[in-house]
Amino acid sequence: MGLDRRNFLKTMGVAGAALAVGKPSQAAGNKGKYTEFYGILYDSVKCIGCQNCEVACTETYGFPEITDTPLVGTERHTSETRRTILNVQETSRGEVYTREQCMHCNEPACAAACLTQAMYKTEEGPVIWRGDKCMGCRYCMVSCPFDVPKFEYHSSNPKIEKCTMCYERIMEGGIPACVESCGFDALLFGTRRELLTEARKRICAEPTKYSDHIFGEKEAGGTGLLMLTPLRPQELGYRTNIGNESYPALTKGFLFAVPSVFVLIPPLLLGIHEATKNKGSKQEEEEV
Amino acid sequence: MNQINLAAANENQAKSTWKFLLSELKPKGKIFTPFNIISFPIMITGLVLIVIRFWKGLGAVTNLSQEVPWGLWIGFDVVTGVAFAGGAYVLTFMVYILNMKKYHSIIRVTVLNGFLAYVFYAGALLLDLGRPWNVINPIIGNNFGTSSVLFLVAWHFLLYMIAQFIEFSPAVAEWLGAKRIRKILSAMTLGAVIFGITLSILHQSGLGALYMMAREKIHPLWYSEFIPILFFVSSIFAGLSMVIFEGSISYKVFFGQISEKNRHAHHEIIHGLSRVCAGTMFAYLFLHLLIFLHGRHWGLINTPMGYWYLLEMFGFVLLPMLLFFYGYRVKSGLWIRIAAILTMLGVILNRLNVTVIGFRWDMPVRYIPTWMEVCVTLAVIFTEIWIFRWVIRRMPVLRDPPAWAKSH
Ligand code: SF4
Ligand code: SF4
Repeated sequence: MGLDRRNFLKTMGVAGAALAVGKPSQAAGNKGKYTEFYGILYDSVKCIGCQNCEVACTETYGFPEITDTPLVGTERHTSETRRTILNVQETSRGEVYTREQCMHCNEPACAAACLTQAMYKTEEGPVIWRGDKCMGCRYCMVSCPFDVPKFEYHSSNPKIEKCTMCYERIMEGGIPACVESCGFDALLFGTRRELLTEARKRICAEPTKYSDHIFGEKEAGGTGLLMLTPLRPQELGYRTNIGNESYPALTKGFLFAVPSVFVLIPPLLLGIHEATKNKGSKQEEEEV
Repeated sequence: MNQINLAAANENQAKSTWKFLLSELKPKGKIFTPFNIISFPIMITGLVLIVIRFWKGLGAVTNLSQEVPWGLWIGFDVVTGVAFAGGAYVLTFMVYILNMKKYHSIIRVTVLNGFLAYVFYAGALLLDLGRPWNVINPIIGNNFGTSSVLFLVAWHFLLYMIAQFIEFSPAVAEWLGAKRIRKILSAMTLGAVIFGITLSILHQSGLGALYMMAREKIHPLWYSEFIPILFFVSSIFAGLSMVIFEGSISYKVFFGQISEKNRHAHHEIIHGLSRVCAGTMFAYLFLHLLIFLHGRHWGLINTPMGYWYLLEMFGFVLLPMLLFFYGYRVKSGLWIRIAAILTMLGVILNRLNVTVIGFRWDMPVRYIPTWMEVCVTLAVIFTEIWIFRWVIRRMPVLRDPPAWAKSH
């Protein structure tokens, strides 16, 4: 039995190493020195649907040229060759444009899901994808509540495509290509706080034109992409069933339980083993 | 003088070991059995499809889409397959921890089955990876995505496979006649068992926790924050039903391998397991009921998905549970086996309902696997059975261990 116990202790050592597995990480950008997340504000009251932003995006990233335009009654979606897309709807306020792209969540589900940290919330705010780490498991796609990450299903070296807020350009002191291309003030780039202030200012200045709801201020724990809309976001088909809780919080309970299971279960099992060991000679009644 | 002799003896031994291994590679038993005739073409086709899949991308063989990124290969091969492999941890718990000697004769075959299931079904995860060459990143510690449930599950798969191999390894040593090594290996069993059970509890529930963040995508009748607990509890009776099912087939197919004593024990074992199954299924149903009441989903019952849910609960949990009870009471192997098969169907149904059928149930175009995905899945299962059979015919799994191994 002595040998068994020694082995058991050895196993416990391994178990200890595996404990690290269960440690949920904080939202990456929030620790250390305090930096504010950058974001983008999309104002659909000002947007005229010129598609300059779509074109700028495809040109920057070398995607095939865009040939379709937003049309009432049809829905366009982002894909592995399109990172941002506009749609248009006929509403009580006339034609209203909506936008689809990565929301750059403050606490992104995709990054929490990624087992290689390929999906990564940078300190600056953009959520980026790093090809040298990604193993293509697509768990980020399963987890993202906005269905943003797209996968190249027809490639032997597939990439995950999604908006990166032009992270490289930002790091070089620039601004995202789509924002730069917009001539109508419908897209703004700045820190999240600046953008929220600006958004509120616009709502206050023209309360009849804007709905009093900044989509992304609280949704999914807050997002980097903020949207101003003339109607309530749910009337425009934005996903409002996602609630205000951050998505990684959904798995936290489970992950927090992992270390305690590792600490509690093995001694318990060993204890039961010792307790039942000598019963072997008797015909044991099965108790489960 | 002595030394030369020793060297020569060593050389001789090495030679004979090689000869032995080579001879063991040859098939034993008939080649043209119905099983072989059916399974072989499927395995070959599966292999071809796997080549195409890596060459042309996942889209060439699967129906996966941007909205449904995980299909049959994850939902069935990995999530369901691993649930069925749960028999190994439950049985090691009963035999090594609770010291129920009665079940000892089937422990090896169950652990072997579990081990192979993990190698193949968890291995099927690799088929699904778009960029499999980066799979080493989370393993060698390049990048630990420690907040990811998938990270936890993948690591546990790996560690558990090692633990199971240690549990099974004495049989390999007996096959090779390695006495010293066998002694060391069997001394490690208890540690491996305890470690393995802990890992199993965590990754069986972890497979459910994988889907926690897909809250809006899974039908509310199947999504709740308790999926991990439900997955864990159901893995107990899923695994044991598999043990009953697989045991009954092995009993027929490998009849000659099983000693008189163990043939007799077979009925006793099935009988005992049926009670455990019925008990855990009762707990499982009760949990489901609580979750259902808590979620206030009455309105959803009178919909097609609601009927589907009721079918799963009544037809494939309640009914087999009653059959297990009944079979236990009247000591009927037949009813117990029927119950086991129904239970297994129910577990398949449940896992697929969470991962495939109820996933994006509201989409206009539903995901339906291609014949190629089904074929690869079957190929994986058949390959596992082939290897299983290969091992059973050679190592003392169902057979009693050689006399020298019994001495202590
Ligand atoms: S919207 Fe989706 S992809 Fe974008 S940061 Fe949030 S979770 Fe990630
Ligand atoms: S597909 Fe890549 S980026 Fe997405 S979770 Fe998997 S490893 Fe991470």
